Amino acid sequence: MSEMNGNDTGLRLKVGLAEMLKGGVIMDVMNVEQARIAEEAGAVAVMALERVPAMIRAEGGVARMANPKLIKEIMGAVTIPVMAKARIGHFAEAQILQALGVDFIDESEVLTPADEAHHIDKHAFTTPFVCGARNLGEALRRIAEGAAMIRTKGEAGTGDVVHAVQHMRQITKEMRQLTVAREEELYHLAKEHGAPYELVRMVAKAGKLPVPNFSAGGIATPADAALMMQLGAETVFVGSGIFMKERATPLDVEHNQKEREEAVSRARAIVIATTHFSDPKIVAEASEQVKGTMKGLAAAAIEERDQLQTRGW
Amino acid sequence: MHNMGLRIGVLAIQGDYEAHAAAFAEIGVTTRPVKTLAELSAVSALVLPGGESTTMLRLLRRDGFDVALRDFVRTRPIFATCAGCILLAREVLNPRQESFAALDLTIERNAYGRQNDSTILPVETSLPGGPLEAVFIRAPRILSAGPEVETLASREGFPVLVRQGKILAATFHPELATDRRVHRLFLEIAAAEQK
Repeated sequence: MSEMNGNDTGLRLKVGLAEMLKGGVIMDVMNVEQARIAEEAGAVAVMALERVPAMIRAEGGVARMANPKLIKEIMGAVTIPVMAKARIGHFAEAQILQALGVDFIDESEVLTPADEAHHIDKHAFTTPFVCGARNLGEALRRIAEGAAMIRTKGEAGTGDVVHAVQHMRQITKEMRQLTVAREEELYHLAKEHGAPYELVRMVAKAGKLPVPNFSAGGIATPADAALMMQLGAETVFVGSGIFMKERATPLDVEHNQKEREEAVSRARAIVIATTHFSDPKIVAEASEQVKGTMKGLAAAAIEERDQLQTRGW
Repeated sequence: MHNMGLRIGVLAIQGDYEAHAAAFAEIGVTTRPVKTLAELSAVSALVLPGGESTTMLRLLRRDGFDVALRDFVRTRPIFATCAGCILLAREVLNPRQESFAALDLTIERNAYGRQNDSTILPVETSLPGGPLEAVFIRAPRILSAGPEVETLASREGFPVLVRQGKILAATFHPELATDRRVHRLFLEIAAAEQK
């Protein structure tokens, strides 16, 4: 809840759904069976994708919105909200996702950007949007464009939490600095952050973003989830961490019982750790149940030009 | 208004528990988050917030918390919104799922559709002060209610705010609106119980 959603009915509904997802885990899924596992494990929502970031990274090529047929199948298989990704700036993909009735659109840097200057005008949609950010200015620019939820970017598809931590710390630090700034300093700070003054002032007053702030990118274990929640995330997105075996190979949850159990164990454990993030005994108990963890790729080994997080402006 | 000796907990395992805490804080009432058995035993009344009922059900099944909560909702003042209301209903449809069956209702999940069908509407209410602004988000619908259930507000003929004894439940989100009448009513129910 914030003063921002005081008047605009559409925005209140969008932020309202984001509020409902707090304290939960949003899981990337690539088929109906994965979606069912996610729901059964206690995910608050699923993100319908054709390829998780780890596969996109390994396989290359242009990454686009998922096939509507897949999205519809997943929407038909679960009762929790279904999200789907559109390319940055690709408002036609977003229009399609809205027409399909997805509950949240992720304008995502994980897909290949469609516009190098402009993000989607998210006010033009009734479906809420989530967008990634690495710093406060980026978060506030997305909110100005109509995002109802921010996810702090990590480096997706790596299983390495280091950038998620870096950017969550960056955003919380920048918000803290605003809270102690003098009124007349806020104008200059708005310019420095490249963000609208009204939103800067709102953060200075509230000490937090006017929309929920979730964390994504590189979260692979229950301990990673607990870490991000303690650093200020209100919910976590888990992508490759649940359904991937090796970096670019998903667990076969449809035909291989052992691999299915492995995915279930990871999904359940991350859900429990996210809720009980401040209780290490419970996080330990959850971690103990995990069978296998994605191998991962150290984010430091990725050249900057190959990073996904640097997309978006 | 002050806490009047009330120890109000907000179930904080998932959902918009912070919005409920903020709503009570606005009317001068301090709440405490409840995630564990120890925290549950330290409160005298409980709020079940909005969120995802399937997630909550999964997380409640831990350390006997669901067993303790089943008893708690039958004996103490409870305020439930949206997913919370689904958890309490006698019968849940679309699809069928387990529930605490403390409230004599049949409720249908996601009954109005998906997020694009979420809406904010004024609803007629018997509470003094005229229509209530009701925020419906992927809302459930109460299809039928037993004789002990009193309807306090409705939408298109279906109850959206109900009371059964010490339980107050809404299919919408009073915590996301600025009108605090529903939260105040719960305080009255909880205070009466305290005497």
